[in-house]
Amino acid sequence: MTDHSYSLADLCICAAAEAWRNNGEVLASGITLIPRLGASLAKLTFSPDLMMTDSEAYLVAEPVPVGKRGAYVPVVEGWMPYARTFDLLWGGRRHAMIGPTQVDRFGQSNLSVIGDYTKPAAALLGVRGLPGNSIHHANSYFFPIHSTRSLVKGEVDMVGGIGYNPARWPSGVKPRGLDLRLIVTDLAVLDFEGKDHAIRVRSLHPGITLEQVQAATGFELEVPAAIPLTAAPTPEQLAIIAMLDPQRLRDGVFKGNPPGDRRT
Amino acid sequence: MLDKRMPLEDMVAQLRDGMTIGIGGWGARRKPMALIRAILRSPLKDLTVVSYGGPDVGMLLTAGKIKKLVFGFVSMDLIPLEPHFKAARQAGSFEVWEVDEGMVQWGLRAAAAGLPFLPTRVGLASDIVRRAAGLKMIRSPYDDGEEFVAMPALRLDAALLHVNEADQVGNTVILSPDPFFDDLFGRAADRTFVTCERLVPTAAICTTERARYNPFERSVVTGVAEVPFGAHPTANGPDYGIDVAHLTAYGAATSAEAWAEYRARFVDVPNHDAYVAAAGGAAQLASVALPVF
Repeated sequence: MTDHSYSLADLCICAAAEAWRNNGEVLASGITLIPRLGASLAKLTFSPDLMMTDSEAYLVAEPVPVGKRGAYVPVVEGWMPYARTFDLLWGGRRHAMIGPTQVDRFGQSNLSVIGDYTKPAAALLGVRGLPGNSIHHANSYFFPIHSTRSLVKGEVDMVGGIGYNPARWPSGVKPRGLDLRLIVTDLAVLDFEGKDHAIRVRSLHPGITLEQVQAATGFELEVPAAIPLTAAPTPEQLAIIAMLDPQRLRDGVFKGNPPGDRRT
Repeated sequence: MLDKRMPLEDMVAQLRDGMTIGIGGWGARRKPMALIRAILRSPLKDLTVVSYGGPDVGMLLTAGKIKKLVFGFVSMDLIPLEPHFKAARQAGSFEVWEVDEGMVQWGLRAAAAGLPFLPTRVGLASDIVRRAAGLKMIRSPYDDGEEFVAMPALRLDAALLHVNEADQVGNTVILSPDPFFDDLFGRAADRTFVTCERLVPTAAICTTERARYNPFERSVVTGVAEVPFGAHPTANGPDYGIDVAHLTAYGAATSAEAWAEYRARFVDVPNHDAYVAAAGGAAQLASVALPVF
């Protein structure tokens, strides 16, 4: 054990923050709680040039804490309505981390339907902005439950976000904006740095084995010679997370709010 | 002087079966819900609807008004999945034309400019190009020779919008944080019907500072109606927020019996004033907190 305890949510926030390291002056869009706190943490530590919004329509100079605002007033530095968001993202200066329902071995993602397209077993949101995001700017993904239902065998049921699948590329040429970075889950961090952008194990969360991760994944993962542990949050990072999430909404992300270090 | 004022029912009376209708707002924000309820009370059917969908789409689907839906998503923002849309989509009860949310504005922009299409990379390599019936590709005529999706114009027979303030000649201001794509919906449409929280004299609608909140010129607008709380249960910032309690109850009313009950209470009412009273009264609706995202 380390000399300070941290939750799995804390670990995933810090792992998610890494997606935005050395990104420069791009719009960091962390959608849903863990990615948003990750982007916020990155901006407050190693990536201060990131741009962020209040998740509605304004650019803010400092990350807005999640949950009920209380006396907090966002520090507005600009305007970012949806129309401008499209203008910006089609230009490529954005890195989003979202939580799709499915991802496949190519990094293709789905937020539309599960099952048959015309009569789906489950209708979700729709493709939303996945096709446009994935062909224009950097994207990363977060999955609170790493399983063969979310990291699926074959292809996702409806390809919304595009991936490293040459069979679908126009004339077989990689779209120039396609740029997938990290997948953060409750078990591990994956990246696209395998052969031909194959999904590779980047780090294992403490106490999780490679066998567990592979068994929970619907496709073959690429495995490097040595796999590091996902870095434990530092006391400084934990203090910032506590400030960004004063109501501890992060405790509700994972069932039972497990510790980040699951070695016994 | 022009006078574009007309009752909600007269706006709906100008719509016809089979028309393509664009609905402004986004998700659970600034939706022209009083107009949607008026459509539910009418015999209109077989509509093609273009929307950044929320409960507007859900209600029209459950009421059987939609033949075809052009959309990127349907969501109630704070309640991510729209239960009525979910049920109808799973039942396969309407024609689906699903595209990226950025493609929707691109198609509206093409229509607004009188173009047959606009090129975009969005959709390439995704299932959109396989699933959206009739979507075609185009190759750049320049040296790059790149292949694009040719997003077709989304020409609308009518657009329905809700804004904060308007005057009788059709000047409007949108004071909420995001004007969304209401300007493009208006320009893409043959007729644009606008409901507003407050109808004000022309002399009071703008200042040079407020002019930035004027989304389009009045010639876009066909008809105007003053309908306080006309966006309820969606938000109309800064006037009122998303009525999550109401939307939760609406979302739970997907069974035939529950929907009939919801409909009797909130849709099949004599007029909009009766709706406001049924939904809790003006004071309560005005107090619904603005959403925090």
